[in-house]
Amino acid sequence: MSTDLQLPRAARVFVAFVPLLRANGFAVAPEQTTTFLAAIKLLGPDSIEDIRQAALATLAPPPERRATFDRLFDLHFRGSETIARDDEGEDDETVRLQEEGRGDEEPLLSDEASESGLTATRTEALVERRFGVTPTMDALRRLAREAPRRLPRRRGHRRMRTRRGPFADLRRTLRDTVRSDGEILRLGHLKRRQRPRKILLLIDVSGSMKSRTEDNMKLAHALVQAAPNVEVFTFGTRLTRVTRPLRLKRREQALNAAAHLVSDWDGGTRIGDALQAFLAVPRFGGYARGAAVVIVSDGLERGEGDALRDAVAKLSRRAWRLSWLTPLATSPAFRPQTEALMAIERFVDDLVDGGSSASIVAHILALGRRRAA
Amino acid sequence: MAVRSNIVGIDSPEALEKALRAAYYLADKGLATAAYLGLALGKPLLLEGAPGVGKTEAAKAIAAVLGRRLIRLQCYEGIDASAALYEWNYPRQMLAIRQAGDESIDIYGETFLIERPMLAALRAPDSTVLLIDEIDRADQEFEAFLLEFLSDFQISIPERGTVRAAERPVVVLTSNRTRDLHEALRRRCVYHWIDYPTAEREARIIMMRASSVAEATARAVVAAVERLRREPLSKAPGIAEAVDWAEAATLLHKGGARWPDAFKRSIGVALKDEEDLHFISPRLDAMLAEATV
Repeated sequence: MSTDLQLPRAARVFVAFVPLLRANGFAVAPEQTTTFLAAIKLLGPDSIEDIRQAALATLAPPPERRATFDRLFDLHFRGSETIARDDEGEDDETVRLQEEGRGDEEPLLSDEASESGLTATRTEALVERRFGVTPTMDALRRLAREAPRRLPRRRGHRRMRTRRGPFADLRRTLRDTVRSDGEILRLGHLKRRQRPRKILLLIDVSGSMKSRTEDNMKLAHALVQAAPNVEVFTFGTRLTRVTRPLRLKRREQALNAAAHLVSDWDGGTRIGDALQAFLAVPRFGGYARGAAVVIVSDGLERGEGDALRDAVAKLSRRAWRLSWLTPLATSPAFRPQTEALMAIERFVDDLVDGGSSASIVAHILALGRRRAA
Repeated sequence: MAVRSNIVGIDSPEALEKALRAAYYLADKGLATAAYLGLALGKPLLLEGAPGVGKTEAAKAIAAVLGRRLIRLQCYEGIDASAALYEWNYPRQMLAIRQAGDESIDIYGETFLIERPMLAALRAPDSTVLLIDEIDRADQEFEAFLLEFLSDFQISIPERGTVRAAERPVVVLTSNRTRDLHEALRRRCVYHWIDYPTAEREARIIMMRASSVAEATARAVVAAVERLRREPLSKAPGIAEAVDWAEAATLLHKGGARWPDAFKRSIGVALKDEEDLHFISPRLDAMLAEATV
């Protein structure tokens, strides 16, 4: 939106805030800009806080990006030079959540990636990864091709017409009856429509999984593109929701956006804490309910075993099916050796090979078949 | 954008905050501003937040302030137009057709129409507030349908014609954010994220809702509940749970129980999940001791 139109001088500063937001990856529609101006006019703001409230209500930044929004607001309306980090005073020993904004943004500052994160331990190297572009692999092509047919489905609650079914279709029956002068010649039926089941993919991006991380992220992108309701999180020493950047169609762009967001590549692993953090957010916990949950991790845990066991037990009770894919399980005769995997073995439905894209894809495509005994 | 005059006597967010307080709802400045803008600009109000932060209560309080009837549409997976707008009473229609014999009959008359919440709100926009509760539970198709409804405030019933609202109805939507809503829906609304209240505000809410509760008890409960909300629970206690807990503990205390014990014995009204109780129980004593100091 150009700001040199015939705008009253007073309005320019408000309108000019919108392009700044857009440049930082906030989606603001023209309609919202007009509402924002109307709100300012209506409130006849007494203070900068009134303007902030009006901006929040009308421009509707996602809650997880509120800190960035506030910083941009201060930058624009207060001209503040110093931009406070919002992760001060955090407890150094907790796994924190990060959530993404929109994936296609140029970061405001170089430390944007750690906007809401925090370092789990000071010694960790928080490296930002740059994904290279490699030729697409057969496994991903197979996933894209077969996902629509093979991914697990469940019965939804919407109904569709059918010849035989458990419900009577009274609407159609009545219409037919009207046409045939009140004679009920045929009773219409309804059945419940099939819906794709939710898939929740949790990817371990710690140092011990380093050789697999890039391929796993590509796979996650392919899955998000192929299926309608997939949620993807990465975990190492933090938990990061990367679903949104992975929704970008172009893989390179999507993976770069995700790379910006995740700040614990190739670091330590605190699987238990990460999963506990996941379960502690009600809506994340909700993603797991009735979902096919797929955890890709070698289970080399640095944190406490109890936290991991409890979290996996909880997840398994919520999930429709819980699969743990580890690169260590290369043969059917695989027996878990690590303490973590032994502790969780009885809670997972599948403990299978996650050492190659082909094996992960094969497992995901087989999720819809009969469950493992 | 025309500013509406339908909120008589409320000419600022502060005035609305005061009116809400009179309706026993303590809104913070952000919520009061968003609700005021929604009412004044004639836009739906979208409230998002964790379960139990008082989203539905806010809608009830807004209806009370405006002196209107609240029509609630509870969303669920698979909700469709026939549950939200209108449905024909098929059995009655069938019967009427059979009984009519040779006489002509209007089987699409008012007597056969079952009015659902959205149609009810369209027909009485000046005396109702439409609450569309937990929109995140509905599916994408319903969201798209809702988007259309919220832009035109009209619906067409094929057999009867179009029903248009005489004025823009007041609409409040709530979401627990179990999934991301469509951007277009967020854009169409005035948006507010409701967070858990500050300790100060929550203590005031408890005392306002439960008059038997002493201030010290309310503060202790708030401190304990805040600690609980930081734990990885499957169902963190909301405001209603905090109120119930304070009330229950007060009741036990009056019956002779000592303080920390009264809190402990009534924990079941704050935590309603067996797993959560099991998870917390080893740490509960320390938490309560901390809270009741």
